Amino acid sequence: MAYDKFTVLKSTAVPMPIENVDTDQIIPARFLKATSRVDFDKNLFRDWRYNNDDSPKADFVLNNPIYSGKILVGGRNFGSGSSREHAAWAIYDYGFRCVVSSFFADIFKGNALNIGILPVQVSEDFLHKIFTAIEADPKTELEIDLPAQTITILATGEQESFAINGYKKNNMINGYDDIDYLQSMKAEIAAFADKSLY
Amino acid sequence: MSAPKSLFDKVWDAHVVRKIEDGPDVFLIDRHFIHEVTSPVAFLGLEGRGLGVLFPNRTFATADHNTPTINQHLPVQDPLSANQLKALETNSAKYGISHWGLGHAKNGIVHVVGPENGITLPGMTIVCGDSHTSTHGAFGAIAFGIGTSEVEMVLSSQCIMQPKPKKMRVNINGKLGKGVLPKDVTLFIISKLSAAGATGYFCEYAGDVFENMSMEGRMTVCNMSIEMGARGGMIAPDETTFAYLKGREQAPKGEAWERALAYWKTLKTDEGTVFDIEYTFDASEIEPQITYGTNPGLGTGISQNIPQAANVLDGAASYAKSLNYMGFAENDQIIGKPIDYVFLGSCTNGRIEDFRAFASIVKGRKKADNVTAWLVPGSHIVEAQIKEEGILDILTEAGFALRQPGCSACLAMNDDKIPAGKYAVSTSNRNFEGRQGPGARTLLASPLVAAAAAVTGKVTDPREFL
Repeated sequence: MAYDKFTVLKSTAVPMPIENVDTDQIIPARFLKATSRVDFDKNLFRDWRYNNDDSPKADFVLNNPIYSGKILVGGRNFGSGSSREHAAWAIYDYGFRCVVSSFFADIFKGNALNIGILPVQVSEDFLHKIFTAIEADPKTELEIDLPAQTITILATGEQESFAINGYKKNNMINGYDDIDYLQSMKAEIAAFADKSLY
Repeated sequence: MSAPKSLFDKVWDAHVVRKIEDGPDVFLIDRHFIHEVTSPVAFLGLEGRGLGVLFPNRTFATADHNTPTINQHLPVQDPLSANQLKALETNSAKYGISHWGLGHAKNGIVHVVGPENGITLPGMTIVCGDSHTSTHGAFGAIAFGIGTSEVEMVLSSQCIMQPKPKKMRVNINGKLGKGVLPKDVTLFIISKLSAAGATGYFCEYAGDVFENMSMEGRMTVCNMSIEMGARGGMIAPDETTFAYLKGREQAPKGEAWERALAYWKTLKTDEGTVFDIEYTFDASEIEPQITYGTNPGLGTGISQNIPQAANVLDGAASYAKSLNYMGFAENDQIIGKPIDYVFLGSCTNGRIEDFRAFASIVKGRKKADNVTAWLVPGSHIVEAQIKEEGILDILTEAGFALRQPGCSACLAMNDDKIPAGKYAVSTSNRNFEGRQGPGARTLLASPLVAAAAAVTGKVTDPREFL
């Protein structure tokens, strides 16, 4: 599925200073029953966001109108647990294009990159600075510069570099995807698979 | 002489079709399992791009996540679940993929049916849109969970694109104590390393504790590797592995078996291999385990009290949130906590040995009145074995009923949901908030701990009964 190209993103951010945000929280299993990619955003953080009677929980950050933006900032070990890509879809379809954390679970990180969400891993110290800046002013903007691989807190000018491999970076900037790449080398794959023991 | 290689290196390197500079490896997949939840959008993607399935005979479909565990002969009542099951059937038929749907004699949880039918073999690369695919590492395969975009990649090209993970080894030697099962070994490791301690790594388990384990036990350990963040876990194949596989329906036969066996015997870590990180524990440190928090790293020996925030790796705020959800407090004794539900099953502990262990404690005893127990075999083959071995009679005598195979209350996608606020001692793999139903509170443990809780109605040290 095509996704928005990513170069430089300047946006306010939604803070979620909770560790180990697992994919069952991002989207509970009972909302994985669709056979197409529709409406997952409605159930993003479902059980943290809504009461049992579907009324919004006032103390949850997505229900607090002072926070908004295309960047979600989470605590350490974001996206742990289940491999469900639905978690990444829910985040993307809600409107986020970037998740910032001090540590990502592997499968979530891969899923995010495959659908056009940039996972930006920062130091624990820098993450703390972001949370502090947003707490002081919810309108604080962050700038994520993918070509330069930097993240900046615009109000203070504090900046950190982040890592991403060259292949994925190029994909994100141009909106390319792995499926097209693999199709381009199908003959090579078939020849390799022919020699496989299995 | 070439540099020493680990088991993981040997299998990984044999499957790299192309190395991309400053990028991932293009990685060939030998076996691809699909189920009804994470595959439909991948098939839609194929259609949208006008692509087919490159090697339909390397993909296997089974229905498990959504399936009811009672009255499987009746139409599935939840229309959304029924629709997903139908989509799996239709897509499999359209592309010529083998499909063991609801009602099929070999239906069951994907990570139970793969091994028991000999589809999973040493040295393979195996993926599935399910994080507990790590289970298959018990056979010396590289097996891990993938997202739906990657399911589409495997269907269309039999490859995915993966950076090679770092290498970790966990060594445990010695003799396990009375009542200590493979589940306790894995919960112990995760409690030491934390729920994120192995992120970025692929883990090999080594030492005589694992060498002396059955294949079922090894599957339980490898299954839980993802719960410490590892992409997967693996154990070198040995005589136990070969004996398990010989004669299984889809395992090689005759000359092909001999040829495969010769290769499989080379699949072990060379002397002198250096790992990126290594941990060593002694078997005597491990007692029956139980979790008390909302990630699998928050577990401890059953005789211990709930630790203080300063003694856990999670931050204080997250730890407080976790204990608050569970209705527990620091320093609480875990033994004696009243419980409401017991769940025996899942890809972690839904195999025959798990039912044997559970039966060994409930035999001659009665289910506690305050406990609702759901005993769910991992597959129809496991179910049949439970009956053949007389385990069903023991369970029935003790006041338990056996349900039909599926993922069930492990993730509560079907009707098997633990009600809000209730406590479940569960042999599954995740104790996340709401995992077993909105508001449900999960204590992960072994089949023996589950059995002891089922007959006493509270958290009980199973060693009392052994």
